Parts: sequence; structure tokens; C-alpha cells
Amino acid sequence: MSDVAVVDIGMGNVGSVANMVRKAGGTATVAADPAQLSGAPRVVLPGVGAFDEAMVRLRERGFAPVLDQLVERGDVPVLGICLGMQLLADRSEEGVEPGLGWIPGSVRRLPAEAPDGAPVKVPHMGWSRVSAPRAHPLIDELDADARFYFVHSYAYDPVDEGAVLLRARYGGRPIVAGVAAGPVMGVQFHPEKSHRHGLALLRSFLAAAP
Amino acid sequence: MTVVGVELTDDDAEAPRVIPCLLLEGDRLVKTQRFAEPAYVGDPVNVLSIFNSFEVDEIVLLDIGAARARTPTPIAQLRHYAEECFIPLGYGGGLSTLAEVEAVLAAGYEKVVLNTALDRHPELVSEASRVFGAQAVVASIDVVGGVGGAVRTEGATHDVGAGPVAWARRAEELGAGELLITSVDREGTMEGFDLELVAAVAAAVGIPVIAHGGAGRRKQLAEPITSASASAVAAGSLFVYQGTNRGVLINYPTRPQLERLMGR
Repeated sequence: MSDVAVVDIGMGNVGSVANMVRKAGGTATVAADPAQLSGAPRVVLPGVGAFDEAMVRLRERGFAPVLDQLVERGDVPVLGICLGMQLLADRSEEGVEPGLGWIPGSVRRLPAEAPDGAPVKVPHMGWSRVSAPRAHPLIDELDADARFYFVHSYAYDPVDEGAVLLRARYGGRPIVAGVAAGPVMGVQFHPEKSHRHGLALLRSFLAAAP
Repeated sequence: MTVVGVELTDDDAEAPRVIPCLLLEGDRLVKTQRFAEPAYVGDPVNVLSIFNSFEVDEIVLLDIGAARARTPTPIAQLRHYAEECFIPLGYGGGLSTLAEVEAVLAAGYEKVVLNTALDRHPELVSEASRVFGAQAVVASIDVVGGVGGAVRTEGATHDVGAGPVAWARRAEELGAGELLITSVDREGTMEGFDLELVAAVAAAVGIPVIAHGGAGRRKQLAEPITSASASAVAAGSLFVYQGTNRGVLINYPTRPQLERLMGR
């Protein structure tokens, strides 16, 4: 049984995530079938692309009910990456499908204007530093100047401020860069593409006890 | 030292990206000047591994060999290159179908770079953007003759009959998430970026523009950002040569050097 099961719905850099898990000293199974999640001590939900397409695939391929059960049991840490984090929400402005709803909130399009009226390029594409309102095992090993690769046009707006794990700054405003509630966590950036900073985060995820 | 309580300012938002742009020919990396006379630079696995250890922001790999020869995309080779690269990667080179785009992205690349497709398969740009997200689609525009000049595809051999600003707008309308603007006249010359060209294109579109072509000294890397509204800069010769004598030396500024260069 591998350390991490990486959900594969054909959307997202599943290979790179698995490669970085290995680089971090763990073993990874790429799970294209929900049956492969059974017994997995940890799950990563990567995602790149459109919200609706991902939710449709999660449901049609049988991942959604299996993941719902794991989250309800509460003993399997789940980490959503990029679109995978956005899927944790109730809904997204990008589409019409309901999200997984494990961390209440909505996903909203990044504003094209800063508060001072200056135009803002969307998608947010590049490296940003992050800040955390409080400690959390997932972020304990990050350097104060840790920076991560972001590429997204939408951002999470959680109902509960206590669910905010990390913030970044873009377009003159704070944006949510990470969420966490119980066993469910998500990061907007791509740890698997953020070299040693992403590696530090994934190492912490591997150390996360169920 | 953790990120708890770190105070972020707007400087911490999206530092400008500085991107090595590497040219692939078969299984070798090469460097051209004004899109001609390819010279051997090195083995792709070694060079990528060196850039990975330098923690570069991103790498763009342009397969000029596959584009010219119209050979199938070398997916297994690309997957191998990506395996040890924990940085964002873009690949382009004659991509013409959605299946090829999907295969490249699945091989470990964040972005596909489409150039000739903007002319010959514009529907591919829209489809790839719709299916994979605009952020996965970089429109690459090669320009001869500067801001008033002409866009050329197919390794700068075919004139599409449009200027850079119009073609940039077309790319944005088709759904590209980002533009790579290359001055063919400056490429490989190390004479400096064509800032007028970059500024005109950046002003015409709402998507990020990567300036490319001409970087000869590290201090020039900030110019497209500070003077031409580019969101990122790409360079080939500057990062694979030690200077204008063109001795191969894979190099990249350190993070503190980059922050100083960008005035942060």
C-alpha cells in the first residue's frame, strides 16, 4: 500500500505530483479507479482545467462517493491542489456543477481591477510568497520566504475564516492560497512545480498522521 | 522560521518571471541567431537538471526540430525530461491536434506553446483553451521588423499577413492565456530586447506577455517589465552562454540577484 493515492481523472499533472511524492521519500499510486483509494493512508486530488468538467468526471467515475466516505470517516488526510482545492468548495462561479462541499465556500473569479482601479492580468500566473494566520502541521516546514507557483483565474472564498490556511497577495488584494478543515486541506498553488518549497510542503503531508 | 504571520506587500505578489527558453532539435539543445545557424548547447536532461537545481521560475522548451520536420511529438522523450523537473514547463513545436496537446500536458508540462497553429489550426487554440484552461495555452508570436513589421510562422519562414499587435489580439480572442513575443531580429544577438514591440503588444492585450529575443546582459532582464509592461521575460543565449563569445555555460541569477535586478 502506497503512502499516497493520487486521484487521476485525466485532468492535471498527476505524474508530476507522484514524482514529487517520490522525491519527498514517499511512495505514490496513481489512482484512475476509485477502488484504488481503498486503504490509502493519504489522498491527493490534483486538478487543472475547468470546474464543471472535473466535478462531472469525479461523479461519473465513482470517485465522489468514495472520497465523501473517506472524508466523513475523518482518518484519511486529503490534499487538493489547484483546481483540486477549488473542488472542495460548494460551488464555483466558473461553472454550474456543485462542488464536493467539504470546506464551505464559493470559488470566485479573480477581479480584473485592483482596488485603485489599475488593471489586473488574469490568470494569476507566477510565483508568490504566502502568509499563514496560524500554525498548521502542513506548513510547519516552510521557510518564511517560501514562494510557490500559482496559475489560476479563480480563488476560494471560504465561509469560515478559520478555514484559511494560507494567503497570498495578487492584484492589490489578499487571496486565499490554502484552506484546511480537519483532514481536508487544499493549496491553490502547485507544490509539485515549486521545487524545494513544494517539496517541504509535501514532506509535511507525508508526515501527517491519519 | 515559518510563514505564520508573515506580512505580505504587493511586492510579494507575483514576482516577474524570468524564463530560460531552450531550443530542442531531435535530442539535443541548440541555440540560433535570428532563427538561423543552430549551434549545439547540450543534452536536454543535463541542462534541465542544472536549471532545476538553480530553481528557475519556469522553462519553455521549443522543439524547432519537430516543428520543421513535422514529426510526431516525442512524448516519451518529453516525459523523461519532465521527470526530474519540479518547475513549471512549457513545450511547443508543431503541435496541431488536441490529442497532441493533451499528451504533452499529461507528460508533465503545464503549458503548450502554439505558434504555427495560430495560423493553420486556430480552432486548436480555442479548443485547447476551453478544455485545459487558457493558462495552459501560450501563443507564441515571432516578429520580423519590430512593432511595424510582420508576424511569421513556421520558423519565421511564412508571412501570415498581419502585424504583431493584430496577431496578438487574435491570439487573445482565440483563447490563449499568455503571449510569448519573440523579436526574430534580436534573437540570439544579445543586443537587447525590442522594447517598443513588447510595449505595443502588452498594451493591446489583457493577458500576460513574455518578452523574448535579445537579452544580452542580466540587467536588461528588468527592462521589458519596468519599461514595456511585460509580465515575464525569456532568454536563451543569456542563460546558456557565458557571454558574447558564446562559450556554453548554463547560468541563472540567484534569487537575491533577481530581486535586485527587478528592483525589489
